[in-house]
Amino acid sequence: MLKILKYSFYDLLRSKWTLIYFLFFLLITQGLLYITGDEAKTIVGLLNVVVILCPLIATVFGTVNFYNSREFTELLLAQPLKRRDIFIGQYLGMTLSLSIGYFLGVLIPFVIHSITYTVDYSVLSILLFVGVFLTFIFSALSFLISLITDNKIKGFGLSILTWLLLALVYDGMQLFLLSMLDNYPLEKISLVMTFLNPIDLSRVMLMLKLDMSALLGYTGAVFNKFFGSSFGYAISLSALLIWTVIPVYFINRISMKKDF
Amino acid sequence: MIQFQNIYKSFGKLEVLKGVSAGVDGGGITAILGPNGSGKTTLIKMLLGMVYPDKGEIMFNGKPIKKEWQYKNDISYLPQIARFPENLTVTELINLIKDIRGGTPNEQRLIDLFDLDSHLGKKIKHLSGGTKQKVNIVLAMMYDNPVIVLDEPSTGLDPIALVRLKDLVLEERAKGKNILITTHIMSLVEDLSDEILFLLEGKVYFRGTIPELKDFAGEDNLEKSIAHLLEHKHAENIKV
Ligand SMILES: Nc1ncnc2c1ncn2[C@@H]1O[C@H](COP(=O)(O)OP(=O)(O)OP(=O)(O)O)[C@@H](O)[C@H]1O
Ligand SMILES: [Mg+2]
Repeated sequence: MLKILKYSFYDLLRSKWTLIYFLFFLLITQGLLYITGDEAKTIVGLLNVVVILCPLIATVFGTVNFYNSREFTELLLAQPLKRRDIFIGQYLGMTLSLSIGYFLGVLIPFVIHSITYTVDYSVLSILLFVGVFLTFIFSALSFLISLITDNKIKGFGLSILTWLLLALVYDGMQLFLLSMLDNYPLEKISLVMTFLNPIDLSRVMLMLKLDMSALLGYTGAVFNKFFGSSFGYAISLSALLIWTVIPVYFINRISMKKDF
Repeated sequence: MIQFQNIYKSFGKLEVLKGVSAGVDGGGITAILGPNGSGKTTLIKMLLGMVYPDKGEIMFNGKPIKKEWQYKNDISYLPQIARFPENLTVTELINLIKDIRGGTPNEQRLIDLFDLDSHLGKKIKHLSGGTKQKVNIVLAMMYDNPVIVLDEPSTGLDPIALVRLKDLVLEERAKGKNILITTHIMSLVEDLSDEILFLLEGKVYFRGTIPELKDFAGEDNLEKSIAHLLEHKHAENIKV
């Protein structure tokens, strides 16, 4: 597995994708720090970018990369290797190189910032963490979708649709549902819905850590009320972990049964 | 060494293999023949664990290959359609396989045999079809394995390369290896095969030597015998 991980990792590190990802976050972070001059505000601003864009880029990239490395995959399949190592190795190589691009892109401006100002690394580390999680989750989802869908265009469409649904449509749907169901236990529904969306989860998790109740929104407030901030934090973290493990589990399962 | 035991495989509604049983052992060259789409590549990919049978089992050295992968260390496999990462150079590709498989391959002998020296630094996507096939052959044959599986090895090769390929395969046979080969080129079958395994309509329609096949079909030349098999497929009883 390590050999394959290494090949995929270096392959992507050399490709311009990782670099673009890195530069993008570097500029955004540096820009926000410069404009606001305030690290807490920068983190909140970044959060809104991170929860939308990390999933988007991981989705686009996961799909494109999967179909592009199809030849590599077929070559590997005929070699004395475990299937699991071939697929999980490629997935990890890809998602790690993206994560590193993101991680350094955000971290470096803060490190520079910390020379003259104080930086709260505990909050920053959560932001970094959340972005890496989202990168892992959405590249796994798109990898999984591509694995199931042999048709490139269809696979790409489905992946983007998944992103669109979770990143943009979901919130609207949730509001709509809550306004429709006046008499039901709204809080529980909204709680469940938060767990079902890794993007919502990430947002809530960071808001809890930032202790910004004004920014929690309805779902966040409910979350806070039910679990309190530290338990809520732990529970959202576990939920994100589950969100990462499940698609990877299915990548493994489906790749074991697929004909090439 | 290799046993296909009652193999069934469908792709959607298309039943490709409907109870194929065959064994290969004791060295020599077995030609797997059959019309386009008869399931030759499918059968071979099953041996490599790339396609899974719906029913039946494949044994390698007496053990089922299901969920196994180490046995592939003993197989040299040439895919019908060479699909390589297009941006790698020939050398990088060879090194990639060496890195993955380990061991001590002898690629230089094959590079010389097919005059590939001047192409080593080129990217795969810039190679001509025949040159790509030569690279495919180098990658497949650079390891010294007891089993060799060649799916349409002659595709795109010029006459000189074809002669060298034949010699190469015969050389390997002389070492007592088990060689499976598919091809539509009858001269290649005549020159190489010790035995023919003819797939038709999902079954092993004929299994035997070339003289036996000619006998079976009542023709005196191989090409005609094969044509005869295809034309009379419903009338004859099946000899296995
Ligand atoms: N992954 C797949 N999905 C759907 N159909 C497939 C798949 N692989 C093979 N087939 C179908 O199975 C049949 C047998 O294909 P196969 O490649 O085994 O034939 P073949 O005997 O090797 O033919 P040829 O002489 O052209 O190489 C074909 O009809 C092919 O379209
Ligand atoms: Mg074929």
